Amino acid sequence: MEVALSIKNLTKKYEGGVVALNGISLEVLEGDFMALLGPNGAGKSTAIGIICSLINKTAGKVTVFSHDIDTDFPSAKQNIGIVPQEFNFNQFEKVEDILIQQAGYFGIKLKTATARTEKYLKLLGIWDKRNVQSRMLSGGMKRRLMIARALVHEPKLLILDEPTAGVDIELRRSMWDFLLDLNNKGTTIILTTHYLEEAERMCRTIAIIDNGDIIENTSKRDLLAKLDQETFVLDLDSDVEKLPDLPGCRVRKIDPRTLEFDILRGRTLNELFDGLTRQGIKVKSMRNKSNRLEELFVALVKKQNHHNPSKNNEK
Amino acid sequence: MDIQGQLIALQTICVKEIRRFTRIWIQTLVPPAISVILYFVIFGQLIGGRIGNMGGYPYIQYIVPGLIMMSVITNAYSNVVSSFFGTKFQRSIEELLVSPTSNTVIILGFVTGGVARGLSVGVIVTALSLFFAKLTIHNIWVTMTIVFLTSVLFSLGGLINAIYATKFDDISIVPTFVLTPLTYLGGVFYSIDLLPTFWAVVSRGNPIVYMVSGFRYGILGVSDVGLAASYAMILFFIAGLYTWAWVLIHKGIGIRS
Repeated sequence: MEVALSIKNLTKKYEGGVVALNGISLEVLEGDFMALLGPNGAGKSTAIGIICSLINKTAGKVTVFSHDIDTDFPSAKQNIGIVPQEFNFNQFEKVEDILIQQAGYFGIKLKTATARTEKYLKLLGIWDKRNVQSRMLSGGMKRRLMIARALVHEPKLLILDEPTAGVDIELRRSMWDFLLDLNNKGTTIILTTHYLEEAERMCRTIAIIDNGDIIENTSKRDLLAKLDQETFVLDLDSDVEKLPDLPGCRVRKIDPRTLEFDILRGRTLNELFDGLTRQGIKVKSMRNKSNRLEELFVALVKKQNHHNPSKNNEK
Repeated sequence: MDIQGQLIALQTICVKEIRRFTRIWIQTLVPPAISVILYFVIFGQLIGGRIGNMGGYPYIQYIVPGLIMMSVITNAYSNVVSSFFGTKFQRSIEELLVSPTSNTVIILGFVTGGVARGLSVGVIVTALSLFFAKLTIHNIWVTMTIVFLTSVLFSLGGLINAIYATKFDDISIVPTFVLTPLTYLGGVFYSIDLLPTFWAVVSRGNPIVYMVSGFRYGILGVSDVGLAASYAMILFFIAGLYTWAWVLIHKGIGIRS
């Protein structure tokens, strides 16, 4: 399988000495759906900015489908679509014109550009707003406009920098479906997000960046396998006076009818339920206390900051 | 992207730029028309009648080329400086930076917008001058090439100003404190031969003198400096400013972090 994106020893040092990227290396295979996670200021947007030629790198090499962004930038750029974090379109242009102009910048003829504009505005549900000035759109519509704009030249690699920030849950889910469909049709996608549920639901590969270093880069399955424990919340049928004693589990009482269980790796839910049944406790419902990836992410970032406290203070 | 693709990108920028200033014509095309009418009335008719002839022509007719050139210069410059800075301010410049559009095409696209506005205003001012003075064209080719090259030059100047600008103040400093004084002292309203020798020599260091003089030669057949010197000066500045703009965009100064 071809490498969609290759980053080697990528370094970015801003004026004033702040090191945003500390020689990171990363590969994304064609067809992958990768989440690039990290706390605020970790270096995610800087890395994306360099890939898309919006930020000058200090050192390192980036290739997109084997095209070097320095020596073969026209071909590299043809293959990238970018949905940035901030709105960056002309607020006074009409929605339709923004897409047609973007297609023009990619050398696409007007007839094709017009057809694709219609296609992507319809797919993203803002076709009826095509003649509206972009500043008049709602926040969610502006996000969709940026996705449509990024797709108008039909790139093989789509990079989305927090595309669902500030978007309501209904729209977020429709955007998830859209992106999954796009990925299924062959587009390689890199997504940064603070909604870890989003990453867990959609992505196959997870890279975590913190303080300018890649601290994790593996498949979602392998990453989740690193969880030491999972926490479940159980709603009970009746009040319990005394906490049940279950081997391999830590139990906390939230209220008389709600218990929280930390189940250590290696234990199964069957063991938990067997133990509860033996002690006469009936369970009405059960849910994960928090997103599994979220727990792991917090643990990894904490661990990294514990090892490099001085770097964290540089920010 | 092949040459055809680059031409499509160029056409896209040109159309966008021309649509921008025509869409806001009340801000871009009407003010220079009103200003130049005031110049014609005050300097041409009210004061000019008392001045008499200059360079062998009635004063109002003598200042027509200068006023046309002044309008072209200020509008070509201000179009590009405000448009390019606007794209930086709104970050829509990123639409171009992420695309395979070449630096040359970006420069040519914005310069074309500036030239289009400069020449549009030039045509409007020329048409208005017909109400106040007789228009004769001594040499159409000199007239056309000088006005075209001058608008290219100042469009490039506006682009460089916009690239360096980080706030709105920065795009008005150069026009106010550099461009306007140089234009007024560039022989728009007088022949530099009228100046004392020292100031006449100093004026020859002002590049706008060469543009106004060259244009005046095209229209009236009189000039303060030689035509070859006018072309040489304009082409020299165009080459210098184009190279400067290209290097700035290539390095990402003012547009990339």
